Amino acid sequence: MQSFWHALEIPLIGVAPENKEDLNSSDDLVIELNDAVALLDNFPALSGMGFQLRLGEIVHLKGPNGAGKSTLLSLCAGLLPIHSGSGMVLGNDLTNQTDRRRIRRLTGLLSHESSLYDELSVYANIKFWCSANKVDHEVIDPVMDRLGLSGRLRNLKVSALSSGQRRRTSLAVIVCRRPRIWLLDEPYSGLDDAGQKLVDVLVTNAVSFGATVMFTSHDSKRAQDLATRTVEMQGGRLKRTPVVHEPIISKSTRPIRSEESA
Amino acid sequence: MIRDALLIARKDLRIELSSKIIFGQVLPFSLLVLILFGLAISSDFVVAGSENRTVLEQVAPGLFWLSIVFSSLFAITRSFSLEDKNGNLDALRMAGIDPASIFLGKALAITILMAFLEIVVGALAAVIYRSSILDIEILAATLAAATFCISMAGTLYAGVTAGSKSKDTLLPLLLLPTMAPVLLIATRSTEAALFVEDQTGWGWTILLTVLAFLYTGMGMLTFGSLMEES
Amino acid sequence: MTDLKSIVSDVDNISGGVLSVDHRSQEFFGENQTTGSKVTKVIGFLAFLALVPFIFFALFVAGPHTEQGEAARLLFIHLPAVAVTYLSFFGTLVSSIMYLKNRTKFWDLLGGATAEVGVIFCALLLFSGSIWGKPTWGTYWQWDPRLTSTAVLFVMFVGYLAVRKMDIAQEARSRRAAVLGIISFLNVIIVHYSIDWWRGLHQGRTFDSTEVKIEGWYLFSLALGMSFFLLIGTFMVIHKFRILWLEHQLADLDLQFALMERRSEVNDLQDSIELGDKT
Repeated sequence: MQSFWHALEIPLIGVAPENKEDLNSSDDLVIELNDAVALLDNFPALSGMGFQLRLGEIVHLKGPNGAGKSTLLSLCAGLLPIHSGSGMVLGNDLTNQTDRRRIRRLTGLLSHESSLYDELSVYANIKFWCSANKVDHEVIDPVMDRLGLSGRLRNLKVSALSSGQRRRTSLAVIVCRRPRIWLLDEPYSGLDDAGQKLVDVLVTNAVSFGATVMFTSHDSKRAQDLATRTVEMQGGRLKRTPVVHEPIISKSTRPIRSEESA
Repeated sequence: MIRDALLIARKDLRIELSSKIIFGQVLPFSLLVLILFGLAISSDFVVAGSENRTVLEQVAPGLFWLSIVFSSLFAITRSFSLEDKNGNLDALRMAGIDPASIFLGKALAITILMAFLEIVVGALAAVIYRSSILDIEILAATLAAATFCISMAGTLYAGVTAGSKSKDTLLPLLLLPTMAPVLLIATRSTEAALFVEDQTGWGWTILLTVLAFLYTGMGMLTFGSLMEES
Repeated sequence: MTDLKSIVSDVDNISGGVLSVDHRSQEFFGENQTTGSKVTKVIGFLAFLALVPFIFFALFVAGPHTEQGEAARLLFIHLPAVAVTYLSFFGTLVSSIMYLKNRTKFWDLLGGATAEVGVIFCALLLFSGSIWGKPTWGTYWQWDPRLTSTAVLFVMFVGYLAVRKMDIAQEARSRRAAVLGIISFLNVIIVHYSIDWWRGLHQGRTFDSTEVKIEGWYLFSLALGMSFFLLIGTFMVIHKFRILWLEHQLADLDLQFALMERRSEVNDLQDSIELGDKT
């Protein structure tokens, strides 16, 4: 499968040697969180997350609903402030507002929301977001081709698309941006088999060009095949294996089970 | 930064062209308000010393501006609902667009849409309130300046209330007191354009222009703080 | 509201002392279970000292006003209310500016306290002014520039208080309230001058409440009234500030609890399925 980036010969954002400030970290640590607490409307969605992401990794983030996976992605994208603890993304400090702005430009977030304007066409949306992100417009057509958005879908209003087609459009925006870190929230959801294979291809291609990817997915089989590492979350932080006698404060009364730690 | 603002303004206008909310729904509302005013205010009494104008005709300028101010609430709410949906505001932040540009761009789009609205509503008001326009220049200048005031202040307050579940009721509560002087001045200025009773017409218009600059400045300076991590 | 000290000790016991509790709040309230303190007790006492002669002089010693009769006595309430209102809102302005500069909780809460007191006294101002108007102007309301712009001021700060209670994240809420505090102040100035100019052109100032000649016993009564109102205003701001401070500490504790609960979250669905498998 020929990589279209090869054909275009356009380098990744920020990889050019001029942008020295982006390459602050000497080792290949791309994201590092220490006991990070992040709030969503005064609720502690992240309750002390410790985490490391290295260059070129494809990390599968898994966990039950409400574990804080989406919040973790938003935090790493620089959209949320850190309430306590510390964090670093590409050498930028998550506790610093100016740094967070820099982080947003370097990361790409595919959230469960489409980030598209329903009343505009696929092409108009992608063109708008490329302009907003200062991306050259000549990448639009090749990317749309690659994601199957040319032809019939091109001038269709986003509101008329199926959810899978919308997902592909949102993906197209990220592909055009070519961020250094890809943060994907349920990239497979809504996509048919071909679409899901496409996601795998895009992710592996991106990594081969120096990007790093972290994604969530409830499709364990597919995710495990794609990922180089799996990170499991629960209760707003890394899942801890149950230990005897640890007091559990939960809403229902439950017996404390004395399991061996796995 | 101007380029980003224009990008956003153009996008908003293109969406309006496609969805026709302002012209399909808000415009009828504005016209309806004019008519309701006409029903609510008795048209029989003639105002003394005013060249035989009835009460309704005398207060027409004020009624027109009231209708516009109320309609602007819908226009402003609509403009921000576009970004509320689908996480677009976060995507704009990810793109690294200066909040001041977002402010300017959205306010610009609202201004242009409101201007078109005012022309249509104004024309109808002139007809049903039987007004004759004596000084078109003052009128045009007033329309322009007042529209900027409304959209700049409105966008600013929309930024203050963004993200809250009660933003639809909070916006009028914040915007309307601020619009009191704008309403006041725009009405006086329009009266001058229609009735030419006092020659201070241009004074009012200049005042409106000053206010427009003030609100624009306030918005551009503060939108960054308002948008940060909301 | 259960008392803060027992909540604090409960958290300490459950968490084995691990959770940090703001010790400042423990010292701040010390033995007290109220928001009172030596300072407020002194102020309250002084206010009472001012109140008694105030009532006496205002109602009995100062004779009826030459032009306005008994109605002028309302000015003893109205004018001090004006002073407290403007001082309070100026306090809100200063607090908003300082909060945006320093981002410390103190300024945020002070803004809230002063705004609330300001709104109360503004309502009093409008009410007393309106009642004074009936015998003086003949109506309860006149489109007097000051009265009208004060009414707009009132609504603006009611809006400010509403924004303080918005349902968004606390830090963003405080920031937006501070921005609004500053903008509202600017808007009040704009409103005042535009209404003034408008009225000035058309009718000239209608009955100005300060045109009333104030001298002799009237002046003395007014001075007493001013002292009383200023003391009461300060008293209320301090108490309100402490209530807000308490609420903030409580919210902090709520967050600590939420964090504890969050950290010990178990996958209920998964476990119940596993349990089901076993049985």
